[in-house]
Amino acid sequence: MADLSIDFCGVKSPNPFWLASAPPTNSGPQVMRAFEAGWGGAVWKTLGNPIVNVSSRYAAVDYGNTRMMGLNNIELITDRPLEDNLREMTEVKKRFPKHVLIASLMVETKEEWKEIIRRSEDTGADLLELNFGCPHGMCERGMGSAVGEEPKVLQEITSWAVEYAQVPVIIKLTPNTSDITEPGLAARAGGAHAVSLINTIKSIIGIDLDRMVPYPPVGDGSSNGGYCGPAVKPIALHLMGQLSRHPEFGLPISGIGGVSTWRDAAEFIALGATTVQVCTAVMHYGYRIVEDMIEGLSEFLDRKGMATVGELVGRATSSYKDWGDLDLNYKVIAEIDQEACIGCQLCYVACMDGAHQCIHLPGRSAEEALAAGHIHLPKPEHVPTRPTENRKGVPGSRIPYVDPVECVGCNLCSLVCPVPGCITMAAEDGGKPFESWNDRVARGDAIVPGGLACTINPSK
Amino acid sequence: MKYRLDSGRLEERFAEWKPAYTKAEAIAEANRCLYCSDAPCITACPTHIDIPTFIKKIASENVAGSARTILSANVLGYSCARVCPVEVLCVGKCVYNQWGRAPIQIGKLQRFAVETAWNEGARGLFPKPLPATGKKVALVGAGPASVAAAAQLALAGHKAVVYEKGALPGGLNTLGIAPYKMQASDALDEIEWVADLELVEFRCGVEVVERVSGDGQVAASSLLEEYDAVFLAIGIGGDAMLGASAGAGPAERVVGATEWIERIKGDAAYRLPSNVERAVVIGGGNTALDAAHELRVLGVPEVYLVYRRSETEMSGYAHELSAARKDGVKLVENRAPLSYAVENGELRGLNVAHASAGRPVEGTAELFPADFIVVAIGQDRARHTQLARLFPGVELDAKGRVVVDPATHRTGNRKVWSGGDCVNGGKEVVNAVEHAKIAVRDICNTLNGAHHG
Ligand SMILES: Cc1cc2nc3c(=O)[nH]c(=O)nc-3n(C[C@H](O)[C@H](O)[C@H](O)COP(=O)(O)OP(=O)(O)OC[C@H]3O[C@@H](n4cnc5c(N)ncnc54)[C@H](O)[C@@H]3O)c2cc1C
Ligand SMILES: Cc1cc2nc3c(=O)[nH]c(=O)nc-3n(C[C@H](O)[C@H](O)[C@H](O)COP(=O)(O)O)c2cc1C
Ligand code: SF4
Ligand code: SF4
Ligand code: SF4
Repeated sequence: MADLSIDFCGVKSPNPFWLASAPPTNSGPQVMRAFEAGWGGAVWKTLGNPIVNVSSRYAAVDYGNTRMMGLNNIELITDRPLEDNLREMTEVKKRFPKHVLIASLMVETKEEWKEIIRRSEDTGADLLELNFGCPHGMCERGMGSAVGEEPKVLQEITSWAVEYAQVPVIIKLTPNTSDITEPGLAARAGGAHAVSLINTIKSIIGIDLDRMVPYPPVGDGSSNGGYCGPAVKPIALHLMGQLSRHPEFGLPISGIGGVSTWRDAAEFIALGATTVQVCTAVMHYGYRIVEDMIEGLSEFLDRKGMATVGELVGRATSSYKDWGDLDLNYKVIAEIDQEACIGCQLCYVACMDGAHQCIHLPGRSAEEALAAGHIHLPKPEHVPTRPTENRKGVPGSRIPYVDPVECVGCNLCSLVCPVPGCITMAAEDGGKPFESWNDRVARGDAIVPGGLACTINPSK
Repeated sequence: MKYRLDSGRLEERFAEWKPAYTKAEAIAEANRCLYCSDAPCITACPTHIDIPTFIKKIASENVAGSARTILSANVLGYSCARVCPVEVLCVGKCVYNQWGRAPIQIGKLQRFAVETAWNEGARGLFPKPLPATGKKVALVGAGPASVAAAAQLALAGHKAVVYEKGALPGGLNTLGIAPYKMQASDALDEIEWVADLELVEFRCGVEVVERVSGDGQVAASSLLEEYDAVFLAIGIGGDAMLGASAGAGPAERVVGATEWIERIKGDAAYRLPSNVERAVVIGGGNTALDAAHELRVLGVPEVYLVYRRSETEMSGYAHELSAARKDGVKLVENRAPLSYAVENGELRGLNVAHASAGRPVEGTAELFPADFIVVAIGQDRARHTQLARLFPGVELDAKGRVVVDPATHRTGNRKVWSGGDCVNGGKEVVNAVEHAKIAVRDICNTLNGAHHG
């Protein structure tokens, strides 16, 4: 069994699975139950001067029959007295000394930062996380993402915290910025020991069309909130990847955003995270999901012959490249497995209307194909003979085929096909060497015919 | 005008076989539909309802639009949703079947869309009728074929007058459908929508005959004189009974299937005779299966379906047989009915013989005890459809079916079109609707002078 324990800024954690600062870490009894379930660490619900919350607070995006693809909230930081939180944190650390306790903090003035850092450290917290990410409510008061969006301010507050703190300081970044490397490098310049990202994305989930109020309604109004959950994972991975691959960054990262399974976690780790933090998935299914995360990650590492999580960290970072460095001579072509096909023809309509009109229906004459909207016809050797029925009983006439000459390898058909593995994208050996756009630029022939005359021939 | 039924009908005791979806259930099921391109379910629907489109509209909560998609292809989309044998039609062809997963419940979704749109008072579910043309069409029989045709004629601006010899419109869709699928009252509610169209008129209690001999009759010849066109949809008539050699049993204990079903559906005063313990239904078709299934649900302890051939040869649907079996109906294969066993005026049972290839084997006669016998060996088609001959030029084939040109449903009489059971020999409601569509298209072309025939 692989060793899941990790070292984050010198702090040991039994595994890389931490709870993010959010409702699941609102209180001592909750965090203790989470640790019992197997979570390696917990970032306490952000401490600061108490606030008031509104009702209702959450809204979600459903997609088809999938509930809570994305979640948004208009909650603020903890609404409990500081004393209660600190007392419970002390208890937790006493009962679970090997688990990682992280205090999440958000206050305004230098004096406040000094005091809250001292008092948090008194609980035995292993790490501090400065919340520069909350995108609603707090930022209107000059905190949260108002700080995260302003690299100079972020750097200054970071340096105060590092000055006062005895334990390592993590800066939690907001995604609500045009270039994540600016706040990332500012955190580093301020002396931060690590960053975590992403906090939630500014969002309006939808509109209640009967009440004409955005969700979640608070009486006759609502506000923009913070978006999270499975839907934000791609955004989170991208922002994190921007930092992890940056040559001047180099800090440990705790990856956050849509992590729901060990596979999500492994992806974040492969792209440079050392730990991951989870909120929405636990709000949806409870602490128990960590059992599968632990088992699944460890099985995965065993399968890949990796002895520790550390061996996985950053494995995919170098293959996250700029577009200009991709191989223009690489080509894949869609292939339909006629025995797996159920004849829904979603690939056909997707390629016809949304791609390159190269998926054909068997048995059509040239005239019929042209009338249906095809602009090129397959060569006779590319027209397969379909059986009367496949082994599932689908009529062969309903099983589409791909014209390999015209397929550009966009993947669309394989993405819409409802049957897993039915459409595969096969790499074709074109026999040409690697050549990127940047290679062409370097060679001076980075021009594709058919554009503006002045671009192609600037002398005219 | 409202068609009302007295309550207390036996059919009211039946629970729904496929209960209506709640909104949440309908949306969840609608979201499962793949939205296939050139979907095979559409091809399998005799009226070619654009199924993926109406299902997607349920998913987006555009229920009125969904109902409109359904009704534009099938004005009796509500009945069809409830009575179609979807297992062998649309649902049977859903791509999920081949995938080894439960197919989309198209019928239940269709019912949800139309029922919800009606209940919510959605407007414009039928298109706006075209201006009146002044042309008149007589429709003979008020079964689903005529109801569908009348609606479409009225929407096209033609006056549609429907003559029905019975007291209620709807034909077998009102008085024949198994109550666990749909009750007569629901069928009549749907007809109300058609009857509310300005150019539709139902004349119930009026029989079309050769020569008028009293009230409640109209002569076929006068329809030909008074109307611009005639649509014949008279169905295939009453129950065929065993031949004279079978003798006779007490009338309340030996009944024809459709007549008996009509009573449990429409006659609030009807009750089963006392102490029915062991009933026999003779036949192997869907009507026989329905009658047997209904007897069980009504509480008859033992119900036997006595069929002269083997299970695999039954014309009734396999899914109906397994549903009937689940409710306790027992199939007795390869038994040919010979005669009713009657002692002192009391029914003792059915004398049967073992049968080979449907024929009785000599020397195998035995008594099959029963105290109630339902005869479901077919309808009296050949005799019934003779009525069509009152319209000169209309022909019947050897099986007593009205002969039409399948592309137009026009008969040998240039003024007469026909559809439904009397043309196909007895199929489903949805086939009757499709016949009506084809016929009305041609009637409109003819009346509007689009082509001259
Ligand atoms: C027991 C039973 C169960 C069935 N269950 C189903 C089912 O579950 N699903 C399904 O899709 N189909 C079912 N069917 C078949 C379906 O009911 C028929 O296919 C459909 O009703 C045919 O419609 P139609 O308009 O052609 O004829 P009918 O419904 O038979 O209507 C004909 C009408 O014409 C009237 N008529 C006849 N002669 C005259 C005359 N001289 N003057 C005036 N009126 C006249 C009759 O009174 C009747 O109302 C069932 C049939 C039976 C018998
Ligand atoms: C494959 C793809 C290519 C796109 N190309 C362009 C583009 O060339 N120019 C542009 O303005 N937007 C482009 N977009 C963005 C779309 O116009 C649209 O803004 C975006 O997809 C968000 O809308 P949607 O997700 O609701 O479809 C592209 C989107 C996709 C999916
Ligand atoms: S999308 Fe997949 S299952 Fe559907 S027709 Fe295409 S290959 Fe077959
Ligand atoms: S990969 Fe793209 S272009 Fe090729 S067949 Fe699929 S949809 Fe069409
Ligand atoms: S075949 Fe099934 S999945 Fe496809 S459109 Fe029809 S109902 Fe939907």
